[in-house]
Amino acid sequence: MNITVNNAIQWMKRMHEKVNEHKDDLTSLDQAIGDGDHGINLARGFNEVMKKLDTVEYATVSDVFKDVAMTIMSKVGGASGPLYGTAFLKMSMALKDKESVTKADFATAVAEALNGLQQRGKAKPGDKTMVDVWNPVVSYIRDHEEIDWDELSATAKRAMEATKELRALKGRASYLKERSIGHIDPGALSSYYLFVSLAEVMKEGE
Amino acid sequence: MAKVGIVLVSHSARVAEGIKEILEEVVTDVPIQTAGGTDTGEIGTSFPKIMEAIEKAYTEKGVLVFYDLGSAMMNAEMAVEQLSLDKVIVAEGIPLVEGAYVAAVEASMGHDLKEVFKRVKETFSNNQ
Repeated sequence: MNITVNNAIQWMKRMHEKVNEHKDDLTSLDQAIGDGDHGINLARGFNEVMKKLDTVEYATVSDVFKDVAMTIMSKVGGASGPLYGTAFLKMSMALKDKESVTKADFATAVAEALNGLQQRGKAKPGDKTMVDVWNPVVSYIRDHEEIDWDELSATAKRAMEATKELRALKGRASYLKERSIGHIDPGALSSYYLFVSLAEVMKEGE
Repeated sequence: MAKVGIVLVSHSARVAEGIKEILEEVVTDVPIQTAGGTDTGEIGTSFPKIMEAIEKAYTEKGVLVFYDLGSAMMNAEMAVEQLSLDKVIVAEGIPLVEGAYVAAVEASMGHDLKEVFKRVKETFSNNQ
């Protein structure tokens, strides 16, 4: 498995489609336990990402992720801006100057992204955040020589659904204390869309 | 003599401006900049706006950054990392209004950044 520049761009396009398609789901979840801006913010962020990616010819996956990071950081006003921005920036840094991205490179990149997310958001696994989806997905990629993309999607889905029963310890939902239980975390849902988008694009390319 | 600058980061532009008004009642010689709301004027915070505010408020004595809610802190930390100025502190876990008020008074007395931040922290640790 190698991830090409084209795969990276298709990944972002698919994420853009999914975020727009599920904007209302993300927003209504966020209205239940957050500040209600997650769907709108991410849709706006990825709309800007698409505009940016359309104007540049990319030589490396690292460069794609860097522009994704900078665009999201600058254009998204809620917590998803610094968080997704940091994740993509860390991936870009981990893949710097690599012409071809191997499975091992990608495993390192997503692990760095997860570290970055945890530092930026000061969140641990179990806090009911996007970390709860990233963590098992990163482990799955690390532990498998060959990635089964359906299995990766299923891992992300289980992890996303499991946030429903958690009590939020970070983010705006933490102010709700036990009332945050019973709702899926919006960041976990958008992270699930991110990994499903990747899996779909990679599977289609095989 | 230069004073430590203050940056107010809020999800709301009006909150940030309102606090600035309060501070300017007591200090006139401290650079105060606001970064309230998103780049499109909605509720939220903007990382480029925060960078700009820090640069504008920066003096040889540095800048202390105050924020309201979680994502404001994340954006403020990111702005600080991107700017790589040596004298910037994000006042983590300090209440925005009261913290900025204490900082404005201390900065106006001419203290350096470390001293201003130390006094701000002391004010709130005594209350607990």
